Amino acid sequence: MTTLVAVLSFTAVLALVLILGYLVAKGASSLDWSFFVKNPVPAGQTGGGVANAIIGTVIIVGLAALIGLPIGIGTGLYLAEYGSGRFGWTVRFVADVMNGTPSIVVGIFAWTWLVRPMGHFSALAGSVALAVLMVPMIARTTEEMVRLVPHSLREAALALGYPRWRTSLRIIARTALAGILTGCLVGVARIAGETAPLLFTALGNLNFTTSIMQPMQTLSLQIFTYGTGPFEEWHRLAWAAALVLMGLVLVLALAARWALRSRHGAAR
Amino acid sequence: MAQPADARLQLEAVRLTALYGRRAVVKDVSILFPAHTVTAVIGPSGCGKSTFLRCLNRMHELSDGGWVTGSVLLDGADVYDAGVDPVQLRRRIGMVFQRPTPFPTMTIYDNVAAGLRVNGGRSRADMDLAVERALRQAALWDEVKDRLRKSALDLSGGQQQRLCIARALAPQPEVLLLDEPTASLDPAGTQRIEELCHELKRRYTIVIVTHNLQQAGRVSDYTAFFYVGDLVEVGRTEQLFTKPAKEQTEAYITGRFG
Repeated sequence: MTTLVAVLSFTAVLALVLILGYLVAKGASSLDWSFFVKNPVPAGQTGGGVANAIIGTVIIVGLAALIGLPIGIGTGLYLAEYGSGRFGWTVRFVADVMNGTPSIVVGIFAWTWLVRPMGHFSALAGSVALAVLMVPMIARTTEEMVRLVPHSLREAALALGYPRWRTSLRIIARTALAGILTGCLVGVARIAGETAPLLFTALGNLNFTTSIMQPMQTLSLQIFTYGTGPFEEWHRLAWAAALVLMGLVLVLALAARWALRSRHGAAR
Repeated sequence: MAQPADARLQLEAVRLTALYGRRAVVKDVSILFPAHTVTAVIGPSGCGKSTFLRCLNRMHELSDGGWVTGSVLLDGADVYDAGVDPVQLRRRIGMVFQRPTPFPTMTIYDNVAAGLRVNGGRSRADMDLAVERALRQAALWDEVKDRLRKSALDLSGGQQQRLCIARALAPQPEVLLLDEPTASLDPAGTQRIEELCHELKRRYTIVIVTHNLQQAGRVSDYTAFFYVGDLVEVGRTEQLFTKPAKEQTEAYITGRFG
């Protein structure tokens, strides 16, 4: 039995190592300064970079976090603190269903409700799609983390004359903060790599833009466009972009670990 | 009563019944806690003594399905009157629980100050004084005065419990409720808390729930014996332990059940 699970977990790790190794092998050689600071050049030419996609990823994901995190955390707090009734049950059920919704469906939703009425693709629509994906995830992890706080702490605060809302925020949420933060970082890392919901919202853009009302490029869209394109040069850039995106997610995951550990370190 | 009556600190339960849904766990209890005394509440597990304690500062009603009939008089006024804000009331009746419950994200100082901050509006110097006074009353000052900015979780279990007592005392309540405060402490920690009870009754009225009959004998002036939700007997501690009026009380204190 031990051997079996050891082999299985080795397989899981092996897949990850292979993907990472292949990415590095294919992409690392293309990573140079100009890759990060230059915009794409017209098809057929060599050189150029993905500066527009990197900035675009930061803007779209950042905006999605700005919209999604407060709603997700608030919902999670509500579910943990007041969500024992029928309404809470419904919210929890909807969140669970949404957690399982394919992301492309969320993209269609954003297209129907934002892109069509506005008449054009935009980074904003992409951010909203990503935020919609993020909210149920953040809500459920926040709820779990808040529920982990011992009941005795809540009682201690109430017995001290804390009003209920202040107990929730000052004592319960603060105690659960490390866990909530970790959940947020993991959530952001997950949506950072999403492609499907952006295909018909943010669309992609070969030029540099910071206007959220314009179509915008992201790393994931760039990989899609370049990877499926006809040019050898594009394939090379796609590999490099994939490596950068992977690195970005890795940094977020590490930050999540670090947040959890430093918090526990301070508390022990 | 040895001490002069100080009505402000006097607590009294009158025909108090505590229920979960339709199930009564404390039945029609009337009992007086004179000012500046320690009253021990004893009885076997599940006899309703903790629930009774939690009715005194209106914590019971926060439990699922918890509600109360009858009244609790503090300084002659019913704490269950419609006009009484339970949040305000709990600042007048401090409570310490079975297990130490320091707030893990706060420093030692902030833990003690927590109950003061919730009342708002105090200068820095005032706050420092109040925190020091509370820590001295809880006999913890000398051990923590050099590390007030350290996490409260760095303290030992016994110190944490005294920190919780300091936290409860800081807002200067009138009554102190202790719910088996030494249940998770070693003998040395237990002794400190018991000595503290003797000190603190000069300023406060204390009600202590305990499993430990020796402890009840050591710390209390009065003892109340609960059995399955009923108050069987209450009297001066030495009397209750030497000449109990009721058969059930005698059976319990001589260890025949419970």
